[in-house]
Parts: sequence; C-alpha cells; structure tokens
Amino acid sequence: MTLGIQVDKELKAENTKPILISRPVEPLKIQTDKLNAWFGNNHVLRDVSLRIKENHVTAIIGPSGCGKSTLIRCMNRMHELVPQAKVSGAVLLDDANVYAKGVDPVSVRRKIGMVFQKPNPFPTMSVYDNVAAGLKLNGERDHARLDRAVKRSLDLAFLWEEVKHELDKSGSSLSGGQQQRLCIARALAVEPEVLLMDEPCSALDPIATAKIEELITNLKDQYTVVIVTHNMQQAARVSDYTAFLYLGQLIEYGDTTNLFENPKEELTERYLTGKFG
Amino acid sequence: MIPLASILFEVVRNGATALSVQFLTGTPALVTLPTGNAALAGGIAVSIEGTLVLMGLTAVIAVPIGLLAGVYLAEFGDNRFGRSIRFLNDVLSEFPSIVIGILVYSILVVGLRVGFSAFAGGVALSIIMLPIVTRTTEESIKLVPRSVRDAAMALGIRKWRATISVVLSTARSGVVTGALLSVARISGESAPLLLTIGTSSYFLSGLNQQVDALPVRIFLLSSENYVSGAQQQGWGAALILIVLVLCLNLAVRIATRGKYGAVRSRI
Repeated sequence: MTLGIQVDKELKAENTKPILISRPVEPLKIQTDKLNAWFGNNHVLRDVSLRIKENHVTAIIGPSGCGKSTLIRCMNRMHELVPQAKVSGAVLLDDANVYAKGVDPVSVRRKIGMVFQKPNPFPTMSVYDNVAAGLKLNGERDHARLDRAVKRSLDLAFLWEEVKHELDKSGSSLSGGQQQRLCIARALAVEPEVLLMDEPCSALDPIATAKIEELITNLKDQYTVVIVTHNMQQAARVSDYTAFLYLGQLIEYGDTTNLFENPKEELTERYLTGKFG
Repeated sequence: MIPLASILFEVVRNGATALSVQFLTGTPALVTLPTGNAALAGGIAVSIEGTLVLMGLTAVIAVPIGLLAGVYLAEFGDNRFGRSIRFLNDVLSEFPSIVIGILVYSILVVGLRVGFSAFAGGVALSIIMLPIVTRTTEESIKLVPRSVRDAAMALGIRKWRATISVVLSTARSGVVTGALLSVARISGESAPLLLTIGTSSYFLSGLNQQVDALPVRIFLLSSENYVSGAQQQGWGAALILIVLVLCLNLAVRIATRGKYGAVRSRI
C-alpha cells in the first residue's frame, strides 16, 4: 500500500514538471554535430552527426580508411595531437561541447578514456604502476586509494586473478591479451565516464578476444562504451547500437539487431553481406 | 681488434711494473740518486683525484643542460629555432678540443681572471660533453614509440608530466648510457686541460685551485727524458686511466640492464 502512495506521488511530481517527463528514457552521453575532420587536405570525416546513448555499447563499423578511428579520436580530442590535423563541428559530452572555447583537452581526456589497437603498456613500468599511472601522474599520492583503484580496475578488466601475485612484474612481460586488458584497466583507473576502444582485439587471438568482449558487456553498467571494429560479428556480439561509416560519412545508425537484420540503406546491406569492404 | 689488443698489451706490460700502493696513493716526489741524478718517486694520487673531480664537475655542469636541451629538441624542436640549435650542436661536437681550450683560456682563465683552475677545466670539458649528451638524449627520446605518448595523453596527463614521467622514463637507459659514455669520453681529454687547469702536486683544496689530471700527467711524464722513473710512471698512469674508462663502460652495462630484462630490447 505504501508503495502505491509513493508511485502516486512520483507521478504527480512528474506531472507538475513536464521537463522530467520529456527526458528520454535512455539519456544521451555523447553527441557529435556536423563533425568534420581533416589530415592536412585529406577530408576524412564529413558531417557526422551521431547520438551515443549512456550505459550502452555502440559499435562503429566500416571498411578500412572510412574514418572510424578518427571519429572516436575526435571525441576525446586526441585527433588534434597529430600534426596538420583539423576539426570542425561539435562534440557534446553531457550537453557540453568539448570543443568550446576555454575547454582544456586534458580534462576532456580524463572523462573520456581510450584503449588503442595495439596493446601499449608503459614498457618501463610494473603492472601496478601501469594501472596507477593515470592517477599518480595527476598527483594522487594516497597509497591506500591507489591500491583500491588498482584492484578495482584490474577486477573490471578481468585481470586481477591472473596478476595479483605479479604486480611488480613489467607490464610488457604479460601476454598480448593480458597487455590489452592491462591497458583497459589503466584507462578505467582514472574513472572516466566513457571508454573509447579503437579495434581493441585486432592484434589478439580468439580466446583473448572472447575475454575482452565479455568484459566489454560487463562494463556497460558503469560506463558508456564506444568500440571501433572491422569485425562485423564482433559488433553484432557486443554492441547495442551500431553505426556504419563509409568514406567519412555516417550511412546508417541504429539498434544493432535491426541494422544487421534489416538494413535500410543499400550500402549497409552490401557491406554487411560482404559485397565490398 | 689487433690495434686494441696491442695497445692494451703494451700498456699493461710497461705500466704494471709501476703499480704499487705508493704509486696509487702518494704525491709526486723527486729524490736524488747516489749517482747525483734526479729520480721520480711517489705516486699519481693527485692526478687521479683531479681527473675524478673534473669528471664530476663536468657532469654536474653538462648533464642537466644537455638533458634539458635534448628533451626540448626531441619534443618541441620541430621548428626553425630547434633546427638551428640542432645544427649548432652538431658543429660544436665537431669542434677541435684544443680550440675549446684556447677559448676557455682566453675568456675565463685570462679574461675573467679566474686563473688556471679545476673550474676552468670543468667548463672546457663541459663544452665538449654538452653536444654529446644533448644528441644522445634527443635520439633516445625520439626512439620512444608514438603509441606510448598516445597512451599517456589519452589518460589525461599533461604534456610536460608525460614527457618527464613516461617518455623520459621509457628512454632512460639510452639517456643514462649517453651521459656515462660522454663522461668516459671526456675523461681522456688532454688538449683543453693543458690550457686551463695548470698543474699541481697537492691534493685539491678548492675548485678555484690548480689541479692535476691523468691525461695531462701522462703527457708531462712521457715527455720527460732526464728524470729516471718518469717514463715508467707515465705508463702506469696510462694504465690507471684505461682502467678508469673501462670501469665507466662497465657501469653503463650495469646501469642499462635495468629492473626488467626485456625492457631494453623493446625500446
């Protein structure tokens, strides 16, 4: 009975505040608006407008060179680190443009973490220091807090059980799959809100890939994940939404099952059925 | 290989007879032989001390400057200013060392009235060492793969922090090797010291005092024809200098072995 009353109250409250009702059930985390990107004179992204939902996995697929990696590198402002790179348009993180004047790219990268194609642990650091690096180098000195963050991140990356007795070993002494999970843990340790993954399994064997796919699915309770992949089966397995990019343009975007089963665009269908790519 | 072996053989053969505790720890002394001729006794401890002091002093001056310059050139030096610094650095490293000696002599020793001193010698050697440290630092930092920098930037680490704690730490074995090898390189320099340090028979009491150094001592001893024992002491001093350089090279080996065996080959 008390439950009934509470629901009633909530409904009333919502009725008096129409803004609350009009909020979408699944809030948007990242929106790109007419995003264009260049390398010198090479126009690699053309007017890409994409809405990425919070706490879901969004896959970006497309043939090589279609701008998938550039798209996610624009989201955390890594694109501009390449000499001669240019960007126009907007990327909204929780409705705030990360390209607005006065926004520090470093603070954007703390909120939007990234995992790269090839595992790239810091070669001279131990497993522990690799995970703690983001916090340590931003001034965290409290050992108890660092210990907690390292354990939590390694747990999330399904690596804790394998390395808990070898935290002092070199990060580059781990196997390829472990190194990539170490890189995931390193990115998670700074507690980002979004995790961008740039073909994280392309250098890994099927077993290591399966492990990473499992942990990606696990991550979406706490994080918004955007994964770039050239592997369509992988996109179908791990993602809730899929965007298909071709020659720098967003061709189709939607629910993964829908997009794979009844693509609306002919180009998407031809790509999915392997007619080109 | 053959020249190296024959030099080593000759130096050890002639130098070993000069070695004694007194030779390593004593100060130079002239004695008069019963025949009435002068003979050299005592040791070269003063010269050993002088060389070690000069090496330390030079490293203290040149390593920090060279390190900063190398980091700057590697990370921010892709512009006109950087290119001209790199060019000047290359020119400096090809400079004849005696000219650097003359330069320091005329500016520091005579011009600023510092006089012959350990300090003037350290400055002269620093000018020789600086371009080597700068170059090796720059080269080792450039070897750090882009992916490592990307990883650091993607974690939201500031560029200067990433440069010091990630890039420089990844490149450290190369940087340390460069610094130690350049110390070994200057430890055998004699030309710039001839005009800057003077000579001394006493242990050092201050950096503004004249000082002795092994290469200069070898030169003086080996060109001494009238005092018996001098040539033999010269060979002994040469042996000590070679052992010193060898020790530095060993130190390089040990320093770059690092905590993680595999690391070195990866970088």
